[in-house]
This record gives sequence, C-alpha cells and structure tokens, in this order.
Amino acid sequence: MNNQYRYRGVAGVLAAALLLPGLAMATTLETVKERGALRCGVNAAQPGFSALDDEDTYQGLDTDICRAVAAAALGEGARVEFVPLDSVERFAALQSGEVDVLARTTTWTSSRDTTLGLHFTGVSYFDGQAFMVASDLGVQSARELDGAAVCTQSGTTSELNLADYFRRHDMAFEAVVFDAPEQSIIGFEEGRCDVLSSDSSQLYAQRMQLADPDMAVVLPEVISKEPLGPAVRQGDDQWFNIVKWSLYALLNAEELGVSQTNVDEMLEDDSPEVMRLLGRDGDFGEGMGLNADWAYQIIKQVGNYADAFDRSVGAGSPFNIGRGLNALWKDGGLQYAPPIR
Amino acid sequence: MIHNKTMIDQRPAPKSTIGPMAWLRGNLFNGPVNTLFTLVGLYVLYLLVVPTVQWAIIDANWVGTTREDCTREGACWVFVKARFTQFIYGLYPRSELWRANIVFVGFFALIAWLAIPRLPLKRWVAVFALVVFPVIAYVLLHGGHFGLPRVPTHRWGGLMLTLLLASVGMIGALPIGIVLALGRRSSMPIVKSFSVVFIEFWRGVPLITVLFMASVMLPLFLPSDLSVDRLIRALIGITLFQSAYMAEVIRGGLQAIPRGQDEAAAALGMTYWKRMGLIVMPQALKMMIPGIVNTFISLFKDTTLVMIIGLFDLLGIVQAALSDSRWLGFSLEGYVFAAFVFWIFCFSMSRYSQYLERRLNTGHKR
Repeated sequence: MNNQYRYRGVAGVLAAALLLPGLAMATTLETVKERGALRCGVNAAQPGFSALDDEDTYQGLDTDICRAVAAAALGEGARVEFVPLDSVERFAALQSGEVDVLARTTTWTSSRDTTLGLHFTGVSYFDGQAFMVASDLGVQSARELDGAAVCTQSGTTSELNLADYFRRHDMAFEAVVFDAPEQSIIGFEEGRCDVLSSDSSQLYAQRMQLADPDMAVVLPEVISKEPLGPAVRQGDDQWFNIVKWSLYALLNAEELGVSQTNVDEMLEDDSPEVMRLLGRDGDFGEGMGLNADWAYQIIKQVGNYADAFDRSVGAGSPFNIGRGLNALWKDGGLQYAPPIR
Repeated sequence: MIHNKTMIDQRPAPKSTIGPMAWLRGNLFNGPVNTLFTLVGLYVLYLLVVPTVQWAIIDANWVGTTREDCTREGACWVFVKARFTQFIYGLYPRSELWRANIVFVGFFALIAWLAIPRLPLKRWVAVFALVVFPVIAYVLLHGGHFGLPRVPTHRWGGLMLTLLLASVGMIGALPIGIVLALGRRSSMPIVKSFSVVFIEFWRGVPLITVLFMASVMLPLFLPSDLSVDRLIRALIGITLFQSAYMAEVIRGGLQAIPRGQDEAAAALGMTYWKRMGLIVMPQALKMMIPGIVNTFISLFKDTTLVMIIGLFDLLGIVQAALSDSRWLGFSLEGYVFAAFVFWIFCFSMSRYSQYLERRLNTGHKR
C-alpha cells in the first residue's frame, strides 16, 4: 500500500547490509556535534590502553586518542562516551554506527582494511610479539632460547609466529598452551615454562601481575608486526581526515616540542611550524570542518604523543615500556607524521 | 500383690549415649573405617581452612587507599574498598548516587515486606512492587524528568545492574511462562503450536547467542537512525529466553495435578480461567517452588553474560577494575569478592524457597 515506506525500509536494510551510510544522512562530524559527544569504541579492560580507574573514567593510550578526536571535533576532550566492545563485536559496532571511532587495540591488516568496510587512520602504537624470561636465567637475546619451554595462548597468531620464528632460526622449543593471559602468567610464575610469549604490550601488563615484577625481563626482539591504530567507517572522508590528523597532530606536537605543559607559552613562539600547528598562521582546520585552534585544543587537553605514551604505558606508568619502535623517526623509531602545512 | 505395682522412676539415659562425646563416638568414630575417614577429613579441612583464614583475614590489608598500602602478605582488601562504589553502582555519576540508593532501599524493603509473613497488606504491597515501584525506579535511575539529570543506561553497572537484570528477567518471565505453559497444554491448535515453537526455539538457543544477536546483528538490520538501547535489548533477550524455561517448569507442575481436580471444577460449572486460577494453579505453583527458584538462581548467575555485550554487571566491573594499571595483580581479591556477593544472593534465595515450601506444605510432601 505505502510503496514509499516499503522502499525506504528495503533501502535501509540494504544500506546496512552493504555497510555504507545512506546518501542523505548527516556526516559523522554533524552527528557528533549534534549529540555533543564522541562515541568511541574501546577495549573493556586492556591495561595501559583502556582501563577504568578509581574515578569511573577510562585511562590509557587508546582512550587518549578518543579524547584527542573529541578535542578537535568538539573543542572539549572530556566529551567522549566510551563504549566497551568485545573483539568480535567491535567491527559490527563501527559498521552499524554505534560508535564513531574504533580505538580498541586493533591490528591493521590488509583483510580488515579491505573487506570490513573500514579505514585505519594511522598507527597509534607499533606492537609486536616478544618474549619474557625470568631475569635469573641471564638470557640477553631470543636467539639463546634453543630448547626452551614457551608459554603462550591457544588460538592466537602468537602460537604460529612462535613456530615460524623458532624454525627460521633452527631452534627447538616446547609449547605450553593456555587459554587466557591470566592463566599463562600463572603458568610462567609457577615455572611451567622458561619463556612467556605474547604481544609486547600485553607482556608488560602481565609482568606487573607477578608477585615480584623484577623477576622477569622482556627481551628486545620483536618477532611479528602488530600495528595498532584507530579505525573509522568508509564513506565519510571528512571524518577519516579528522581522526587521521588528530593522531598526526599529537605526533607533530611532540616533534616540535609542544607539550601539554608548555602549549600556552608556545603560542608566542614564532617558528612557522609551531604557528601553523597551533592555528596562528593559516587555517588548517577549515578543510576538515574544524576550528583553527583544533590542534591547540588537542595538545592543551590531551598533550602530545609523548605525554599520552608516558602517562599510559611509558615511563610515567607502572609498565615502563620503552619508546622503541614508537619513538619519533628522528629518534630512531617509526612514528612519522606528515607536516601540517 | 498385683495392685501394689509401683512404677520405677524414669532414669536418664546412660552417660555413654548422650552428650557431644557420645554423638562423636556414634557418628564419627564408630569403627576403624569411619575413624580413618574422620581423621583424613579433619586433616584436609585443616589444610584448606587455615591458609584461607590466614590469607583472607589475619594477614589481610584493610586500611589505606592505594596499592602501596598493601604491605602485608595476605589479601589486599584495600582494592575492593577503593573500588566499592564502582562495584555497586557501576559508572553511575557519583553526585547522583542518592537516586540509586533510594531505589536500593525501596527494592530491599519491598522484598522484605513480601517475604515476612507477619506484615499486613500483602496484596497492596505486591501491586505496588510490581506496578508502581518499577516506574518510580525507572524515573529515579534514568532521570530526565522532574529536574533530575538524565543518566544514560551505559553508565549503569555493578551490583545495581545485576539486580536490575535479574529482577526484570524474573518478574517478566513468570507471567509469560504461565501463559506459555497453559498454551502448550491447550487444545487450540494455533495457540498450542505457537507456544511449542516459541518454547522450543528459545530453549534451543544458548543465552550467549541471544545476547550476541541482540547486540551485534540487530543494529545491522535496523536503519541507523533507529537505535534501541543496549540494556533494553539485553532485558528483552533475557526475559524471552527465561520465559521459555519458566514455561517448562510450570508445565511440569501442572502435569502433577491429577486431572480429576480440573474435571471436578468443570463439573461445578467453573470457566477455564476460574478452574486454572482457583483450583489448578494454586496447587501447582506450590509444587513448582523448587523448580522456579532453581530457574531464578540460574538466571541470577546467567546475567553475568551481559559482559560480552559491553554491559558491566558485578563480575564485569570487577574484571574491568583488574586491568587498571594502578591495581594490576589483585585478581584473586576481586574474584573472591564477586563470588561472595553472588553467594549471598543465591544462598538467601535458596533458603527462602525452603522456608516457603515448609510453610505452604499442606500434604503434598512425599
């Protein structure tokens, strides 16, 4: 009877099925502004990346990315609604529009980038599989691990990477497999294995669960590539740019020495890069539909990349993870942001 | 002579058959095998209880606010203390906690009123608890009216959410379950087949799948400007799932009532609803108490599954707290606390159902 209505219903289902937002729909930026808050999909409990603190707020590197985007888009970094997501649910939540950004320790891989209807906007943390050994063994490098018993988790890529690595270096190992990280750390502590292998960010968190964290050290070798980054839905390039450049603003700020503590003094700085970053020379927010001070707001409210890193996982946190691959390119790491110009 | 019979005074039982010593000898040490088992049992108990008490009470840390205050060997209850508000209310705004407190007090007061037989006006209190109180609780918790700031449901959590899910599931499932059970025994083909299909469908699917469908798949099928609150989706899923189980428990009770009861009532000219409401159901429900309470307890524990759809019930919020970098490594304390709270609720439900059975026992005990 009501053809138009029926047509709309079918179109809605089709659009959802094709994972594309409808043509006449508001852009993500407009939706976020109207709502007054950014919806950010995070891990429910990942030490150092997103975890609830005593005061009911989420803290961690991923949550700081969310705050940076909110600071750029809304001018207020605190206006984030964190949506805790399961590892299976996360992509559906992004596709269906339940969250605007997904910052949930998600590894950027070709299949995720090309088949799930989403775009990764950059790498917020270069992770990779590593090894942790008891410090009294005196092992300095993973190459000395021939014949070791290695604790790992079942059903993860860690198990496969492990086999590859040991075969490539012509070493033998015995796998001791557990279901969950809480179990594998207990196995390691009880001496069921000499080595614990997992993504390095997780190893540092597991290390803190030992009765004496100093009894174990994480070896420098990283045997797999796990670039973690925020992702957005396909089909809204403006929003893609906002999230991408929020991350780049964090990195550029660190490179130019602008931090949360000195950002107001840096407003007086007359170096052209700093003036462009803080919106005093040119308006680089305009192209994204943002205010000229978008990057200033990010730095003022969240800090630069080094601030966020130290606070969450680095020297200012219990994990004390070194910058390593996550150092800026000029310090020998991989973090490199295109210039704001 | 025969009339001169005198009664010998009653004498106390021999010393060897009364008192604790006799009880011990009669029950624990009556023979070499029992003696051996008693001694082994006592030793195992000693091995378990002493370190537990040592850890949980004697060596435990009770005072302080940070992990640095946990200097002694035993449990660090400081962690639970620091997180207590979060465990009970989830992320409910701290300035609005009084609203949740009113609901908590009302909830427990109503349950106590209904559970204690001496208190009057049961019928009115029950109507109030089922009709008026949920509305008051919703208005208070959710806000948005009468000048109360709105608290979106994603900030609800902890024990509050567990109790909410469980009580809505229980209160919703009971009437739906009764209707489905009657429907399944009905002679009307459409009603009967609908009930059978409904019950078998929901019983054939795991709860975790129901929740997953509700949270992951449903939004993909709905137009994106129409979004149903996560909590509502979980509540509907749990209630429908539970009502199928409830229906089967109730059908079991109905089948235990002899057919003659129904037929006698019919012979007196009673209508179907009168026969069910006045004759069959009162007898059946009494016998179903253990089954219904069993379903309630399992539902109470099943609510923790909402964790996978990003709602923080009591267990979920404890797990979330465990990953805070300032409190890493206190998982044992967290889980012990959650287990203790769950135990309190499940055990009280179980004891109350036993009490109720005794009180309503009018000759069906076999």
